[in-house]
Amino acid sequence: MSYVPNTLAQREEMLLAMGKTCLEDLFTAIPADVRVDGKLDIPGAQSEIEVLGTLEEMAGKNKVFKTCFRGAGAYRHFIPGVVRHLAGRAEFVTAYTPYQAEMSQGVLQPIFEYQTMICELTGMDVSNAGVYDGASAAAEAVAMFQERKRTKVIVSATVKPMVLETIMTYSTAAGTQPVIISAKNGKTDLAALALALDDTTACFYMEQPNYYGLVEDAQQIADLVHAAGAKLIMGCYPTALAVLKTPAEYGADAAVGEAQPLGMSLAFGGPYLGFMAVKTVDTRRLPGRIAGQTTDKAGRTAYVLTLQAREQHIRREKAGSSICSNQALCALTATIYCAALGKEGLREVADQCCAKAHYAAEQITSVKGYNFTYDGLFFNEFLTDCPVDPEPLLAKLAENDILGGLAIKENGKSGILWCVTEMNTKAEIDRMVSILKEAI
Amino acid sequence: MKLPEDLFFSKTHEWVRYEQDGTAFIGLTDHAQEALGDVAFINLCDEGESFEFGDVIGDIESIKAVTDVYTPVSGTVTHVNDELLDAPEKINSDPYGSWLVEFEGVARNEELLDAEGYEKFLAETE
Amino acid sequence: MSMLIFEISKPGRRCSTLPKCDVDFVAVPEEFKRNIPMNLPEVAEIDLVRHYTNLSRNAFGVDNGFYPLGSCTMKYNPKINEDVAALKGFTAVHPLQPEETVQGSLEAMHVLGDRLCKITGMDAITLQPAAGAHGEFTGLSMIKAYQLDKGETQRNKLIVPDSAHGTNPASAVMAGFTVVNIPSTPEGTVDIDALKKAVGDDTAALMLTNPNTVGLFEKDIVKIAEIVHNAGGLLYYDGANLNAVMGITRPGDMGFDVTHLNLHKTFSTPHGGGGPGSGPVACKAILAPFLPAPVVTFNNGAYTFAKPAKSIGRVRSFYGNFLVYIRALTYIMSIGAEGIREAAENAVLNANYMMEMLKDSYDVPFGGPCMHEFVLSIERLKKQTGISAADIAKGLVDKGIHPPTMYFPLIVPEALMLEPTETESRETLDNAIRAFKEVYAMAFDNPQALRDAPLTTPVGRPDETTAVRNPILSYTVNN
Repeated sequence: MSYVPNTLAQREEMLLAMGKTCLEDLFTAIPADVRVDGKLDIPGAQSEIEVLGTLEEMAGKNKVFKTCFRGAGAYRHFIPGVVRHLAGRAEFVTAYTPYQAEMSQGVLQPIFEYQTMICELTGMDVSNAGVYDGASAAAEAVAMFQERKRTKVIVSATVKPMVLETIMTYSTAAGTQPVIISAKNGKTDLAALALALDDTTACFYMEQPNYYGLVEDAQQIADLVHAAGAKLIMGCYPTALAVLKTPAEYGADAAVGEAQPLGMSLAFGGPYLGFMAVKTVDTRRLPGRIAGQTTDKAGRTAYVLTLQAREQHIRREKAGSSICSNQALCALTATIYCAALGKEGLREVADQCCAKAHYAAEQITSVKGYNFTYDGLFFNEFLTDCPVDPEPLLAKLAENDILGGLAIKENGKSGILWCVTEMNTKAEIDRMVSILKEAI
Repeated sequence: MKLPEDLFFSKTHEWVRYEQDGTAFIGLTDHAQEALGDVAFINLCDEGESFEFGDVIGDIESIKAVTDVYTPVSGTVTHVNDELLDAPEKINSDPYGSWLVEFEGVARNEELLDAEGYEKFLAETE
Repeated sequence: MSMLIFEISKPGRRCSTLPKCDVDFVAVPEEFKRNIPMNLPEVAEIDLVRHYTNLSRNAFGVDNGFYPLGSCTMKYNPKINEDVAALKGFTAVHPLQPEETVQGSLEAMHVLGDRLCKITGMDAITLQPAAGAHGEFTGLSMIKAYQLDKGETQRNKLIVPDSAHGTNPASAVMAGFTVVNIPSTPEGTVDIDALKKAVGDDTAALMLTNPNTVGLFEKDIVKIAEIVHNAGGLLYYDGANLNAVMGITRPGDMGFDVTHLNLHKTFSTPHGGGGPGSGPVACKAILAPFLPAPVVTFNNGAYTFAKPAKSIGRVRSFYGNFLVYIRALTYIMSIGAEGIREAAENAVLNANYMMEMLKDSYDVPFGGPCMHEFVLSIERLKKQTGISAADIAKGLVDKGIHPPTMYFPLIVPEALMLEPTETESRETLDNAIRAFKEVYAMAFDNPQALRDAPLTTPVGRPDETTAVRNPILSYTVNN
């Protein structure tokens, strides 16, 4: 397969028109001793039929589970058909970053709509156009709040491990070793947090709900953090925001999170989308693209990329972040998803997640040995003990086309982190629980 | 554009106006604002901070550029022009009337240029 | 301009609905309950479809027309890539499934990684970074970790030419380096003397794009590599311009130690209006222990994840933009070894052809054959007519062409940077050349028309000053 349209004759004609005799005349600047000797050591071209065949076979080696009780950072929610159809339109898919506003209103306006939706979901004032994913959003937020006199970064041990690892990578690279606040009964240890906060603290990062699915005592946390003059960054599950108290209501300074639940498939981990929103006062600290509304000379409403003097292409080494792409197509997907569900629909998704998770929790914890590892309010994820070796148990579930919860070791004990969404039916839950009972 | 005779200028395009009481006001020259274009945002240091000649005391953003502001004098910042922070476009319309910060305890900096010298410098670097 | 989705909302309208909940409702306690409105739009499916379909008509992609946006490699995005990325076996797998249930995904990652290493002349790779800038941060963090691991704690300087992409210095600072900018020669290449002066005991690495951002191959690359390596530094290759040379030369053979790749440029994955992209980082064996975790290995007939010994950690969740790099794999399998080289050759041919045909009107600041892109300077034209690079660009919009990159590289005043790519035909190029010349003539004949351009778009030039001075960044929903 080749995607080069010029015929061999045309290539010759073009060279001739330039007064060149052969292609090599254009490559004289590349020294002979760094040239590839012959052909690259990779297979040759293949037809569409062959490529499809190979890749379909590869895809077929993956197991797609009919039923899924696993979350831990990636969530299986229903995606209405209209979302993929609209977000898959080639004009959106094959456009670049909207540098030329006049011919890119169709890209810019959805970014503006996206920013509005993120503000509506989180209650915050200002959203950027999106970043790589939830983990990098957290890491960018931490960097965004570090100042000359406030460099210390504090992170709760109850956040998702991959988010914590990402924050560690970013912070360590920039020269700060984050302080980790231990967990107490599955939630942030408030006393330890109070001790760690001081007048050099830039920010504290927490998740609501946290990795174990528990709802943190966020108001007390916010009060402690703000009393120290530091900023509070809250990592959120966007679906849960439809029913849970928002970061804005807690007074958080930044709301960040993984927007994958808003219409993106699991896709083995990506592409996903990170969202970031702040209060008006911190607008210019935000990294990445931001779209704004303005007018043209005729007074027509127009959208542009704005506040660009924050960004790498202008500020270069003083930019604070090098991010330039905003996962635009993912942001468009999230926008269309939120519009397709609407305010009632997203609430209903959240309500069903919560209701079904609580039903599942009740059933699972009624099986001997499957006690809640930690007590407390949860949304749609919860951790239970696992009285048997989790590996054969999960294998047993897999035989029944069920991807069980995630096995994790907590304080040396085996546990399972369960996740339930609107996709799970009561019948599925009952069937899964009956297998747990058999395995005792 | 006529340069005010009572000001002194740095080669990084800041101006300074010395006062009788040892204080001094700092601003951006007309040349600098013109090169920058429509000024949109000003980030400045805090009041009470001390600087040496040539230190960065803030930066100024236009729509598509940003420039650091280097202090043309050494001393302690006593005032930041809050009014200007809310109306940054004044730097474009009245650069020599728009001071950024006030310093106290400054000595005269002999490295600065007077109006004539700065004009010559601009002509040379054109 | 079209209304916002919020403005067509009507209370009570619904689109997607769920089955009735088959378990009892559970209320969130008051203390933890949302108590502020959440004004998402309420629309019917038909309104939703028309809204975004009409918006898509105000977007311009490679599928719409010629897109010679320099430095961005806007080549055609083959449709089979989309079909493969939509296979359920790839889209519906959870990233935390047991390894034995995702052997297809791991195999795809392994095969792609292997081919990218062969294309770049490197030994090991991570597919985790989500974009080029993310790859830069990753690769530079690996260099930092490598130097620290050797006990070279004083090596905190990163040398970057002044022609570099803005992401280079910004990523360097994120990775904890101090940036040393070195000037370019009047010919647009690295100033060897300046480089010699800049290197020393504190040099961590040199970061370079080759061909560089003015579209020229650094012909002294071997010498440059030698200077940096002799000083104890490493070489980072910004892969943004790999499309010019793939299959002809390899970063690894030029002396580079680590490189990121922009799969969304070089390997045909669509740009999506600003992502998702994919920015894998490939490196020589000396840097392999520092790669982000996890990497894919093949042992005893099965693929498995492993953590490199001195890994810098992870730079995001999971394993990167999987569905994006699946598209790149599809592309590489489709065009194969010979197609890779053919793409580079034709990218260079097309760029040179356009440059040659335009240079009797426009100023070309750097002579000689270019690689896959070239720069025009509008500086002289502006002095003659008052018409700027932006005016030329807006004139091109009215001709149905996406304008070139404007005002980059920064070292060329009033720059326009063109990258036609290999997937454009001579007919397309000839039409574009005609359009460029017409716009050039307009600068003299009817400059006002250019200042008023574009006229064919839904909106004219937006007031960017007001957008910055009085930012409106979201819609206030009234309810």
